[in-house]
Amino acid sequence: MAKLTRDDVLKLARLARLELTEDEIEAYRSELSNILRYVEMVQNADVAGLKPTTQVTGLTNVMRADELLDYGVSRDDLLRLAPETQDGQLKVKRMII
Amino acid sequence: MGSLSAAAGEWQSVEQIAEDVRTGKVTAVELVERALGVIDSKKEYGAIIATTAERARERAASIDAMVKNGQPVGRLAGVPYIAKDNYLMFGAETTAASNMLRGFVAPYQATVIERLEAEGAVCVAKANLDAFAHGASTENSDFMITLNPHDKTRVAGGSSGGSAASVVLGMVPFALGSETGGSIRLPASFTGCVGYKPTYGLTSRHGVVAMASSTDTLAPLTKTVDDLALVFDVMAGCDPLDGTTIERDPDGYANATTSLNGKKVGVIKEYMTEGVAPGVKQAIQAAIDKMKAAGADVQEVSLPSLSLALAVYYIIVPAEVSSNLSRHDGQRYQFSYQGAKDLDESYMKSRGIGFGKEAKRRIMIGTHVLSSGYYDAYYRQAQTVRTKIINEFDDVFTDFDFLVGPVAPTTAFKVGENADDPLKMYLADIMTVAANLVGVPAISVPVGVDENDLPVGLQIMAAQRADRALLGVAKHIEELLR
Repeated sequence: MAKLTRDDVLKLARLARLELTEDEIEAYRSELSNILRYVEMVQNADVAGLKPTTQVTGLTNVMRADELLDYGVSRDDLLRLAPETQDGQLKVKRMII
Repeated sequence: MGSLSAAAGEWQSVEQIAEDVRTGKVTAVELVERALGVIDSKKEYGAIIATTAERARERAASIDAMVKNGQPVGRLAGVPYIAKDNYLMFGAETTAASNMLRGFVAPYQATVIERLEAEGAVCVAKANLDAFAHGASTENSDFMITLNPHDKTRVAGGSSGGSAASVVLGMVPFALGSETGGSIRLPASFTGCVGYKPTYGLTSRHGVVAMASSTDTLAPLTKTVDDLALVFDVMAGCDPLDGTTIERDPDGYANATTSLNGKKVGVIKEYMTEGVAPGVKQAIQAAIDKMKAAGADVQEVSLPSLSLALAVYYIIVPAEVSSNLSRHDGQRYQFSYQGAKDLDESYMKSRGIGFGKEAKRRIMIGTHVLSSGYYDAYYRQAQTVRTKIINEFDDVFTDFDFLVGPVAPTTAFKVGENADDPLKMYLADIMTVAANLVGVPAISVPVGVDENDLPVGLQIMAAQRADRALLGVAKHIEELLR
């Protein structure tokens, strides 16, 4: 592994919804391969008996009361940021052609 | 360097400035004008994306009016500051130095901004950064490069390069940065100011553009440890809007003093190898000698898994980046490609055009390490090696009070030197990422210069939640070197 093909790059870009130019595809093919080759050193580490860490300060399931906070930001304030709205909703392009 | 120090020295301590505002010796309006004046005169360094002049003047005038009326104005009354442009706040756009967020006017402010404002601090500008905080030199900003105040041919470090440069250039007494893997400590070391990365969870991340949620922390950059500790004391503590926040130290963080006498200090062997530039090594060794003379029990200590930290970091962080940046889809706010025929094309083009090179690079690495078939070998394995590194630090901290070493193997590098090789740029973080993976506090304190008169930062680390002791010992070291 760690030598990505053009198709590998296109697949990743597709999964991440990134349209790439031809130049970018070639540049990323080599750069991502180099980076992956470097980070693969983790695969040789002995981790027998160890569990993965996802949270470093030991917090689990931080709960709060299920109450609405008045945060001072209205629905309209947020919708004003959107490229297109209709009837108080975000409007997006058609999904099925 | 002499003239620079003099320029930065024009600001008194944060505590003194606030005291002078409270007693009417100086007005908040005068301080804002002074900060804006310096900002205007140092434009060529590329430290600032935009000023928040109008709002700053209004806030300063209202603070001055409160002083006149005898009303309380807070511990940071009238103190001007600069925020990295990934902090959501009023008065200017919040762009994260990205084309994706260009034009974004935040509808609310970050928790820490609210806390600083409640104590009377006045933001005067937004600082440049690597776009979305992805970088070690501020060259990845979609807008401009921040130049090092000591040498304009060199970088200021990153990603909080604009914040670090603004403090060193004397624009403000303090600036806010954010840390995911060294983004405060590295520019602090490269520019010669104090930069802090607190225990994970001690500062609320609410309202700051997310990079990697399991390591992101926020803190100030300042000229002195005392200034830093006071500002940090205002910022730190639990926030119901960030479920990862932890309780603050009951003694707070301001005016911390810790004597080195009798303290056990470990010099990290893996950070003092031949790979470290001689000028850096000498400055660090000189600081260590002074710590010994002050009564510290200094010994070499090895954390063998540190050699894996950067690899772990560049798996876990891009994974979290790819997830956090998925929100920028061109449909809800800011950059949106116009003219797409369907939703899929709108996603592909909005993200393909809106994100810069480094953001796309990290999103794709993250996508790869999380994808079916590779998840266990990369992401899960990295998380497990993270445990191994954490265990080594835990062991060492049962024996040692503090760990020390350089912040980076070199001083500030030349603009463009690492720009064409992303992996080489990533290596600039090699000595900073461990503190973020482990969640321990770490600080960069200026301890000297190399043969080119470029600043060298000493890194000091302590166990989780020992922030007060760490700030105290940093102050002692600062005094030893004065």
